[in-house]
This record gives sequence, structure tokens and C-alpha cells, in this order.
Amino acid sequence: MTDFLVRITISLKEGVLDPEASLIRRALENLGFPTGELKTSRQFLVRFHAENADDARKRAEAMCERLLANPVIHRYEIEVMK
Amino acid sequence: MRFAVVQFGGSNCDRDVAYVLNDVCGIDTDLVWYKEGLSRGYDAVILPGGFSYGDYLRAGAIAARTRIMDDVRRIAGRNGLVLGICNGAQILAESGLVPGVFTINAYPKFICRPAYLRVENPKNPFTLLYAGGEVIRIPIAHREGRYIPPSAGRTGTLKEEYVAFRFCDPAGNITHESNPNGSFENITGVLSSGGNVLAMMPHPERASEDILGSSDGKRIFLSMARFIEENS
Repeated sequence: MTDFLVRITISLKEGVLDPEASLIRRALENLGFPTGELKTSRQFLVRFHAENADDARKRAEAMCERLLANPVIHRYEIEVMK
Repeated sequence: MRFAVVQFGGSNCDRDVAYVLNDVCGIDTDLVWYKEGLSRGYDAVILPGGFSYGDYLRAGAIAARTRIMDDVRRIAGRNGLVLGICNGAQILAESGLVPGVFTINAYPKFICRPAYLRVENPKNPFTLLYAGGEVIRIPIAHREGRYIPPSAGRTGTLKEEYVAFRFCDPAGNITHESNPNGSFENITGVLSSGGNVLAMMPHPERASEDILGSSDGKRIFLSMARFIEENS
């Protein structure tokens, strides 16, 4: 068993409204930073034991499927950082 | 006949619902702490509003994965009635007991005000005492109430048989202006495929006595009781 650090990023699927992003974009514009696009996502840094990098990825996927992401609106990316 | 109202850490409408059921509707109701489970043979289970687990991660996400939800699933599976109100609705959606998800309002602030709803489907256990197309007034209080059906995004859709309530204007028109949170097609009440599970964002327990300004919500609880009487 090895200790792995995994970065999980949860973001909204393409086409799903991101109300917080729209508001933040407007606030930035008011500060003199007009932006063409702004998206929010949420990142989890998780450290846990796994057999190998593949196993770590599988476990992280399972975390996303079971709890971290809602498949109706979210997609997720997993980066095994070691 | 006996109803259960499940209490999670952070539920805050549990006592209101139990009061309306016991004292206003005359339905024997127990408050059940989520760790106790639902071992008694309940005819109906209600998941009340509030902020279970502080709305951390997503509203309802943590509560949806507690062990008592296996009991709720079992009760739903044997055609018992399950009603989720506000945070309870979010929990049911997160559990997959109804399709879709309730997420952050189109304008991302907390909305607390009365809302007009159109009863879209009067043939289910929760609305059989209403007329089809009837307009009722029940308050909403949420920040994460925007309904999105499965296959999210622009292509999402929900069959009409799943729709219990839509936001409308006082005359019953489904308009953009009468949709307070940006819900898909104004939908704010969603049924399971079997029709025995209802997830709704508005709070019927806050509209169950005239002194509260509306008693339109009371008929949801009375409909449930009538359905159980007729089918037992």
C-alpha cells in the first residue's frame, strides 16, 4: 500500500447554468476586469492508501460517483499526484 | 395509520410538519432521529426542510447517503408514501428517488416568499384532493431550489407524469416572471416513476392553517391520508 495524493476537480457540465460564475464575472467587470468567460469548479485534495496509481484513480472515481459529484449536472477530473 | 418525520442534524421544519400532521390534520405522527432508523411500519415518511449537514457539498447530498435512507428506499419500494419538502426534496433528488436535481437558484440568493403553484397532476397520492390545474399558494424558502431534469443542460427533459407542481402566476399561467428560481419549465414538484414519492421545494406545512395566510398546503397531507385509507 502506498500513500497517494489525488486531486479531484468537480465542474458543471457544458450548458449547465453557473449563477455564481455570472455574478463573479459581473463583479470583476465592475473592478475593471472584463472577461470573456468565467467558470467555477471545486477541487478536493485527498490523501489515501492504494495499491498503485490505477487503484488510486479507481477509488477516486468511486468517491465521485458515490458522493462528490452529482451526475445530473457535474463532470469530474482526477489527477493522481502521488 | 402512522406517519414519520425524519430529523437530521440541521433539519428545522421537522416540528412544524409534525405539528401540522398531529394537531391540524389528526394524523398520528412520530418524530424520528435519523440514527434510529424506520423500523416501525410507517405508512408515510416525510423528510422535512432545513439545512441538513449545513448544506455542505450540495444541499441534501450528505443526508441522502445516511443509513436511514435505505429504510426510506425500502418503504418507497413497497409503495409507501414518501414526501420531501425543501431540504427533504433535495435529499430525495440526491438519493435518486426522484429524477433530476435541485441546485443553486438562477439568481444565487436565498428566496423566502409566497409562491403560486399549479397542480399539474391531481391523480397521485399527494394531490388527489386538488383539482387538475388548480392554483394554490404555498411559500418557498431556499437558495438551492432550481430544478434541473436528468441529462442536464439544454437537452434535459422531464415527462409530464413526473410533474406535480409548477410555479405560475395568480391566474395559473406558467410564465418566466412567475418562476422565482429559474427551474426548468417552472417545475417545483417532482414525482417518482411510481408516483408514491414526491419532492417539492415549497413548504405546505407553512400553509396549513388560515391564520398563516393560506391553508392550501394542508390538502397534500390530507390527500396522503385519504390515499392510505383507500388503499389499505
